[in-house]
Amino acid sequence: MTARADIDAWFVREVLPLEAALTQYLRHNWRDNAGLADLLQDVYLRVYEAALKEIPKSAKSFVFTTARNLLIDRVRRERVIPLVAAEDLEALAAAAAEIPGPEAHAIARDELRVVQAAVDKLPPRARQAFILHHVHGLAVRQIAMRMNITERAVTWHLNAGLRALANALYRDPPERRPAP
Amino acid sequence: MSDVGKDVNAASGMNATETRAADWVLARRLTHEWGEADQAALDEWLESSLVNRIAYLRLDAAWERANRLAALHLDEAEGESARSKWPMMLLRVAAVLGVVAALGVAGFYAMQPRVKTYATEVGGHELISFADGTKIELNTNTVLRARMTTSERVVWLDRGEAYFQVNHDSAHPFVVISGNRRVTDLGTKFLIRRDPNRFEVAVVQGRVWFDASGKQSASQTALLTKGDEAIASARSLSVSKESERNLARQLSWRKGVLVFDRVSLAEAAKEFNRYNERKIVFADREAANHMIGGAFPATNVDAFTSAIQIAFGLRIDDRKNEIVISR
Repeated sequence: MTARADIDAWFVREVLPLEAALTQYLRHNWRDNAGLADLLQDVYLRVYEAALKEIPKSAKSFVFTTARNLLIDRVRRERVIPLVAAEDLEALAAAAAEIPGPEAHAIARDELRVVQAAVDKLPPRARQAFILHHVHGLAVRQIAMRMNITERAVTWHLNAGLRALANALYRDPPERRPAP
Repeated sequence: MSDVGKDVNAASGMNATETRAADWVLARRLTHEWGEADQAALDEWLESSLVNRIAYLRLDAAWERANRLAALHLDEAEGESARSKWPMMLLRVAAVLGVVAALGVAGFYAMQPRVKTYATEVGGHELISFADGTKIELNTNTVLRARMTTSERVVWLDRGEAYFQVNHDSAHPFVVISGNRRVTDLGTKFLIRRDPNRFEVAVVQGRVWFDASGKQSASQTALLTKGDEAIASARSLSVSKESERNLARQLSWRKGVLVFDRVSLAEAAKEFNRYNERKIVFADREAANHMIGGAFPATNVDAFTSAIQIAFGLRIDDRKNEIVISR
């Protein structure tokens, strides 16, 4: 049994960066977009549960194998045929293995640009609150004064902003531009 | 809850988990006084479902990545703002919202990434809890900066007084820097007070290593253990053993109280003046020489002055910014 903290760290480091590719993979192989978030969550649950016993050697191939098995299970159970026939899943899993993993992660400057682009996508008020906190180090109370809103409203903007930020960073990350 | 409410929750079950997870991330990341009970509640929520845990991990990782934005401060400081459109945008925001004042001091100190500034006003008192379990309590009129990362724990005491309860970790030493002086934690609770001409360290529990170096002063080093009080000036360092009672007296500000054990009114007034904008001044030396003992609320000057008025028959002249005491 691996320590919780180790699994958590592994999950953040190795699995979360695969979310964009995984979402794409699920979208291509599942008929309805509405169930997508559910599928993604199920993949995460299965991956984390497996890691409780032993952390997989290659996160990438394990995540996509898990996704493929999950899709096959769903097809069998729900007796629905996805857009792509089941036998093609094999090929897709292989193709997914070509998607760059966390090892391709960019240097600090590039990461800053990615985070900046993600924050740029936030709604204006959430974006302002994030910049005041993360760039200027202001506390909630100070942000509330600067924005002339209540502390509760600041927390609300940060909450909505954080959820949107996680999607921007993990689900549909911006293209990483090569450093100039 | 009405049936309508249930339907909404069922439809957005995942969304509700995410919102709750975001609440936890914000609470954990923004609460200064994050205590054991808070952590226990968070742990319980995380343990109750793997769905909760994964949602939390994902949002917390996003928050951590957003911390990278602190580097934009460097850009501003280095005059590289042309490379990024944000600082320009922020200038406009600042102009509109009046951020400029806040950027003066905070912006300067935040030039190094992840350095946070904490400050109290005259009469202020603040407890800061860090993720590693370390607690720092700021007394009146104090400025402290902290860089607490997984690899480094450095605190600068720029002004005032602070009480440190350090969660000792020999792999990651905890260091307090104050001017040219440095106090390194060796497993401990200690008090540091920095006045313009005087620097004082009192060890309540455990040990600390004190060292100072400077162009004018000879280098001073000392290993201080429980009960030791070191007082350093530019030229000298004296170490004395203090009784528990004296240490407790020195820490009474943590309870908002000043305790005096037979000191002159001049000395007592000096202490009060640290906590209050209305300063006590003495019109004549005789009035200042009376000896006093007892406990007083630190920010209630009037209680103190009326006590000495009655006890010593002194005249209290309450002016706008000062209280003049004479015979």
